[in-house]
Amino acid sequence: MGREILRIEHLHKEFEGKTVLDDLSLTLAEGEVAVIVGPSGCGKSTLLRCVNALEPIQGGSIFLDGAEIHADPRKLPQLRQKVGMVFQSYELFPHKSILDNITLAPRKVQKRSREDAEAEALTLLERVGLADRAKDYPRQLSGGQKQRVAIVRSLIMHPALMLFDEVTAALDPEMVREVLDVLLDLAKQGRTMLIVTHEMQFARAVADRILFLDDGGIVEEGRPADFFDHPKTERAQRFLNTFTFETVKE
Amino acid sequence: MQALGFEVLWKGKNFARLMGGLWVALRISLIAVGISLVAGVLMGALMTRKNPLIKALTQLYLETVRIMPQMVLLFLAFFGTTRWFGWNLSGETASVIVFALWGTAEMGDLVRGALESIPRHQYESAAALGLDGKQSFLYVILPQTLRRLLPQVINLITRMIKTTSLVLMIGVVEMLKVAQQIIEANRMKVPNAAFGVYLTVLVLYFLACWPISLLAKALEKRWS
Repeated sequence: MGREILRIEHLHKEFEGKTVLDDLSLTLAEGEVAVIVGPSGCGKSTLLRCVNALEPIQGGSIFLDGAEIHADPRKLPQLRQKVGMVFQSYELFPHKSILDNITLAPRKVQKRSREDAEAEALTLLERVGLADRAKDYPRQLSGGQKQRVAIVRSLIMHPALMLFDEVTAALDPEMVREVLDVLLDLAKQGRTMLIVTHEMQFARAVADRILFLDDGGIVEEGRPADFFDHPKTERAQRFLNTFTFETVKE
Repeated sequence: MQALGFEVLWKGKNFARLMGGLWVALRISLIAVGISLVAGVLMGALMTRKNPLIKALTQLYLETVRIMPQMVLLFLAFFGTTRWFGWNLSGETASVIVFALWGTAEMGDLVRGALESIPRHQYESAAALGLDGKQSFLYVILPQTLRRLLPQVINLITRMIKTTSLVLMIGVVEMLKVAQQIIEANRMKVPNAAFGVYLTVLVLYFLACWPISLLAKALEKRWS
């Protein structure tokens, strides 16, 4: 593995006095794909949101490529360009066409020319199979298509780290696949990614490392084969059992 | 047609004067609308701030202007400023000031409501892309806000145009005042003129406001 992209040290996060993340530390190397799994409400999404400072933190520190994220609010827009984030609810801008959704940030934030940004946007759209939808508006697309556009919108900023927050949770089952295939493709390209998901099969396929989060801390971490086949902790075993069903009929 | 007294409109320069009055009304309302739309967006953005002092001040302004009848505001701006500060504002200037203050308050409240109706995730996804606060407001939040606002803003603009009929109270000779003058001058010879003249005024107000509604419909269709 290459150089270190993300380092989280003793992160402490609370909501109105209630501790959500407690003394959490984590490092992510370049090209590494870490998948965070765990029961609802364990703080998975909050952890991702802390990484690009959408949530304030109450203790510890987070470094992106050596720069501390929560140190100076004025540097945040600068730092956030290096972190792409894709949300569960896509959050495309409804008043802009697909192409304008994708090119807004490169043009306004990175001051790239329209031609340059649009050319790259079309190349990226091509990769996710949506080049012919560039002129359409978000409302004309299906959930899976919107989510692929949202991924492209993040990628065009050339982030050093991508965060995926349950990106398939709001999708109909038949659309989950098309989005996960894009993520698998990104993993193959060697992108550094931190993924929160409930799709265990996918987690196993895409991850270099699984982080099992419960009660605001990392309870267990390891390679996917080890974690899914031989979970060490009792809590992880119990969690994984919720995904299997006993046959009730012969 | 004789019975409605339309013929008084064609006497002398009466019709031209009536159109002149309409122009005065439109001039006052359109200048005020222009100021209100811009100042209202700023006002609305201010009103979403969490600072308690800003909140209290904007609220005080909004409630004061909204609670007071426009007529009272006109009197305050026209007679009050002369009495208290010795200003000698023309009726038209006083009217523009009052309408701009009123429009800004109403527009500000509309913008505030629309801004608050934009989902938090829109702000977050803009921030996550590296847009700073200003860029996020300008390119992501404001355009969506304005689209949501369109029907209410059109309503406000037409209300402002129609409310200019009050400014005759501070001596501004706008359309309604001209109409009254025409009716008064012909009281003896054409006693029915009030019907025809006021009917014409009605049609003229309609013609002034209708294109705005059409424009709104066209924009709504394009943006939907």
